[in-house]
Amino acid sequence: MRRIISILLLVIVAFGISLSLAKIPFGVPKTKVGKHYINEGVKETGAVNIVTSVVVSYRGFDTLGEVTVLFIAAIGLGVVLSASRKKAMREVTPASLVLSTGCRVLFPLILIFGTYIFIHGHLTPGGGFQGGAIIASGFLLIYLGCRERRISRAASNLAESLGGLVFIIIGLLGLVSGGYFLLNFLPKGTANTLFSAGIIPIIYIAIGFKVGSELASIIDNLIEES
Amino acid sequence: MIFFISLLVFLMLVAAIAASVFRDLISAVIATALVSLAASILFYFLQAPDVAMAEAAIGAALTTAIFIIAIRRTKRYEE
Repeated sequence: MRRIISILLLVIVAFGISLSLAKIPFGVPKTKVGKHYINEGVKETGAVNIVTSVVVSYRGFDTLGEVTVLFIAAIGLGVVLSASRKKAMREVTPASLVLSTGCRVLFPLILIFGTYIFIHGHLTPGGGFQGGAIIASGFLLIYLGCRERRISRAASNLAESLGGLVFIIIGLLGLVSGGYFLLNFLPKGTANTLFSAGIIPIIYIAIGFKVGSELASIIDNLIEES
Repeated sequence: MIFFISLLVFLMLVAAIAASVFRDLISAVIATALVSLAASILFYFLQAPDVAMAEAAIGAALTTAIFIIAIRRTKRYEE
């Protein structure tokens, strides 16, 4: 009986979704603001990567909210896990020579790649979130391969706080100098060069540090407390 | 091209069904990672490299690791 009801419900849901999907005209530009971003984005923000100009410049305040959500998630995880803290230092069996050497060679390369991704966020695909996630996966590799190594919590907290502070201070400087939050008050320079697009690279570097240290501290919390 | 994309979509479907069928939770997590990996390649072919990067780094690497750490603390096999 339950199976019949659930299949019936699935059919109804599938019918509703297909009905609403059939109404969407695919491939047709629907919003005018998207066309404006594509045509004027490079001129207005100086960032060649249009996704970056939307994420950091046009919708910069939303990005601040997104970073805050991630911050609250990391803090919540830390609070929940630190309530059940019991083991101080556990004996870890070191990984084999091949594994630990491989990790030691790969780790700096992954860090450089993540840094490249978020420094060049306004030129090439990627940005602070992607670069931060890549850096965090490098720290995950260290936790899995070189088990006797630990990242210092103080340094990770410092990077996280500095990232958030730089983001908000840049936004407030825009408010002071031009009248609205996250105004691009720095000179935009010539497009398609590294030092261009005003505050966008600075904000993406801050986001990269913040996201990387947050995700790394989530992994650190999970591995240390479990 | 269209053949490759349909192959990817088929792979995603199979992996998603396998993830819900497997009794071994580690295998199920690996299957969801496969879904994420295929999705990130698909995003790249749909000309969204930014999303592809985020999907590959978060969906395929970090989420899998967090799931596996959680499974290590609980039970590996579903009853």
